[in-house]
Parts: sequence; C-alpha cells; structure tokens
Amino acid sequence: MTDHAVKPHINISQVSKTFRGRQGEVQALREVDLQIQHGEFVSILGPSGCGKSTLLMLLSGLLPSSRGKIQVDDKIINGPNSDIGIVFQQDVLLEWRNALENILIQAEIRKSPMDAATARAKQLLKMVSLEDFEGSYPKELSGGMRQRVSICRALLHKPRLLLMDEPFGALDAMTRDQLQLDLLRLCSDDDMTVFFITHSIPEAVFLSDRVVVMSPRPGRIERIIDIDLPRPRRLAVREDPKFIKYTRELTEIFMGLGVFREEV
Amino acid sequence: MAAITDAAPVARTRRSPLRFLGSVSPAFWTLIILLVLWEIAVRITNVPVYILPSPSAIALEFVDYWPRLLINAGVTLSEVLIGFICAIFIGVPLAVLVTYSRAAERSVYPLIVASQTIPKVAIAPLLLAWFGYGLTPKIVIVVLLSFFPIVINTVVGLKSSSAEMLYLAQSMGAGGWQTFWKFRLPQALPYMFAGLKLATVLSVIGAVVAEFIGADKGLGYVIVVAGSSFDIARQFAAIIMISAIGMIFFAIIELIEKFVVPWKHAAVITSE
Repeated sequence: MTDHAVKPHINISQVSKTFRGRQGEVQALREVDLQIQHGEFVSILGPSGCGKSTLLMLLSGLLPSSRGKIQVDDKIINGPNSDIGIVFQQDVLLEWRNALENILIQAEIRKSPMDAATARAKQLLKMVSLEDFEGSYPKELSGGMRQRVSICRALLHKPRLLLMDEPFGALDAMTRDQLQLDLLRLCSDDDMTVFFITHSIPEAVFLSDRVVVMSPRPGRIERIIDIDLPRPRRLAVREDPKFIKYTRELTEIFMGLGVFREEV
Repeated sequence: MAAITDAAPVARTRRSPLRFLGSVSPAFWTLIILLVLWEIAVRITNVPVYILPSPSAIALEFVDYWPRLLINAGVTLSEVLIGFICAIFIGVPLAVLVTYSRAAERSVYPLIVASQTIPKVAIAPLLLAWFGYGLTPKIVIVVLLSFFPIVINTVVGLKSSSAEMLYLAQSMGAGGWQTFWKFRLPQALPYMFAGLKLATVLSVIGAVVAEFIGADKGLGYVIVVAGSSFDIARQFAAIIMISAIGMIFFAIIELIEKFVVPWKHAAVITSE
C-alpha cells in the first residue's frame, strides 16, 4: 500500500458490479479500490454474500464489471484473462483423466511443449506428496488429494497470478492445515501473486501478507491489515501472540460489522 | 516352489464345482427353477400344445427350426443395427445443436419431447403406406423409437459440465472447439452411454413391431405367421431369439462403454 514507487501488479479502481435479479438490481460490489504488488499473498476475507467471489470473477475476466477499471500489469481486463491459474472450492478435476493428465490439460489447451510440461507436472505432484498417485483417477483420490491436484494444475504454466476461491472450504480441518502448508511451499519459490478468498480468519492470517476485510451487501472494502509474521510460516505461528492479536483484531472488525453477535 | 504352493489353494477352490455353482448369477438358478416348474406343470395338467407348450417342446422346436430362425434373425438384426446407427447420427448432432443454440432449444427440443407422446405403433401403418414393405419403414420405426433416449441423455450430459469447469476452460484460453472436445463431450459420455443402452432395447422392440405390421421376413413376421397357425412353440422360439438379440446387443454396448468410459468403473476410496 505504501510502496508507490513500484507499479502495482494488480490495480482495481472504483470497481462496482450489479447483478440483475428477479427482485430488481442487486449491487454485489461497490466502488472497490485495491492495489496488489508482485509476489504478494493477499486474502480477501468476509462473510458469505460479501461479493468476494464476484471480485475474483472480475479479476479473472470471466465476468465483466459494471463500472470501474481492473488492470493487471499493463493489461486492462475486459475478457477472460488466460495468464492466470485458478482454483475453485470444487476441485473440478476431469473424471476421465488421471491425476497427471488432469494437470497436463493446462499444457494441452495452451499448446505448450508436452515434455517440459510433464516434467514440471511430476515435480509439482512430488511437492504435494502425490508422486505415487499420478496414475490415479480422481474417483480414487480423497478430497484433499483431489484439491492438491487441482492446485498443481493451476500452477503448471507458472502463472504470475493465482486466483483461489475458498479452495479449502470443503475440506476437514486437518486436511486443511496440510493443504495450507502445501500451498505456502508451492508459492514460495516463484514470484507469484496470490489472490486468496476465504471466510476463515485464522486461514487468512496464516497465509497472507495482507488481509482485505470486506463487508456485506453491497460488498466493499472495510479494512486492510498487513500481516507482519515471519516466513516460512509453520503451524506453530498460530500460537504466536502476534498471530492471536491479528485474529482478535479481525474478529472485532466483524463484530463491529454485525457479522458476529454474542449474547451474554 | 514356495510361490506355487501359495497359489495352489486359490486355484483349487476356484475350480471346485461348488464354487462354480456359487459364481453363476442367482438369477440364472431362479430361471432354471421356473423352467422346471413350468415343465412339471405342463406335464401334470396336460395343457394342449397349442395353448402352452413345455420348455422341452420349445427347445426341440428351437433346434428344428434353427436354420430359418437364424435367417430371420439376420433380417431383424440388420434392421435394428441400421436403425440404431441412424439414430446415433441423427440424435447426437441434434443434441449438440440443442445444447449450443438457445433458438434450437426453444424451437426444436419441445417438439422432440412432445413427439414421444405419439404411439409409434399407431403411425407404423402410415409409414408402410409411405415407404412400402421393404427395409425402409422398419428402419424409420427403429429410429423413431431409439433416437429419443439418445438425444435426451446427450443433452443432459452436455449440460452437466459445471459452471466452474467451463470457467476453468476459459481461464486456460480454451476456445469453443477445445471446450467441446476436451471438457463437455467426455463429461457427457457416461450419460450418452446410458441413452445408448436404453436405445438398444427400444430399437429391437421397434424392429419387431414394424415386422408385425407388414413384413415378409424377420422374427416379428415369424411370430405373426406361427400365431396364425397356433404354432405356439415356434412363437416362443422366435421370442427367445429376439431376447437373445436384445441382450447381446445391450452387452456389446456395455462392453464398449467399459473401454470408452473406463473412469466410471474406477475404484472409489473415501478417505486419505
């Protein structure tokens, strides 16, 4: 936020999005402004219906914005942006392809050289401890394994920007911890920007350089918090007083917004 | 040596007759029991053979009449196969059109669905008037009966790609053609095979019904002629032949499915 000398990787300015529903117009996002630097891990945190997924769709160019401008490097987004990797809450693995082939579809569609892609895919599988499962069909994999394959697929072509829409939302707590660690490891070597959507406060703090708090209906940015915790992050960081301070601060923001209500 | 002694007990149990009895489907044994009961009942009650012949009489007729049965089965089978293939070539492109064109979905699809309320048997005489007694009206009826499950299931299959899957394809820069071949079509295949399997059964019914209405050969024709001379055993022989065609056809499609859609049969595990 403070570093104005470097041109931001992503520049979202005055972006609004309105959906036409059955009961008239619904404003999903209102005048969102956000700059993200290269290599930054930014989490968008907010309750259901705050438009965070909409923001991701706008950033990927899969949905057009109603007003405002989104720029990634020098490119103004006005159609599907294929310079990205994308991971959804559902792993969206192709049931007819084994794990390795599921990752390689990225290269097939992009018509990249397959030899290099295969080597990279195998290396990615190894990084998430799935090297023994490259020949397994999605049906033969557990939910956590499937989502790991889906993350590898998103990273195959070394995108500069990784978009993740609640990727661990459907997983149990322990698998979730493991996948957070896997994700941090995968992100650490590349100068890759991660735009991560979640509704879990600890998850946002654990993973991010910055947490963007969104408030619901219409979705707008309420606060941005810098997370000053050392990297590489280990699970033990969650007992760090600073970590607890951040989660408390975020909880209080949401209480202020009326997202949480405590009866005493 | 150790390996051989280890393997031996497995091989022995597999070869024992008792094990063999158990490995055959229970439905098979139910069928055998029913046939035996039928045989006994016919022999005890002395039902005349023009009302209900015994299974053994039917079996004899089946063997006696086998050469003619085979020739007529060939006729019916060719009607079934030609009609079935035509139904695929009409049904699948139509389904693609309905999936991709909103105009086609709104103008053609409802008519296809509505057309299924017309009883095919009722329009068979009409087709006879238009196309004569040859192969054509039979094929038309087979197509009319079997193309519907193919169209419906293909449409459902092509539409079963989730929004996320299509977004994913777009995020990779996939064009319409790539999205169809790499995402939508493979996703639709299990649905399409469900439709094809339904269509096999319907196409056999279609061919036989068409032969009832007007034919000078085929298994349907055999049944009509045998019926007019009270040759019930021969009717049964033809019915067995028709069922055999239907079952083998279904089994072949299922076999092709196992090769084309192997992932549907992959083992399932639920936890890590």
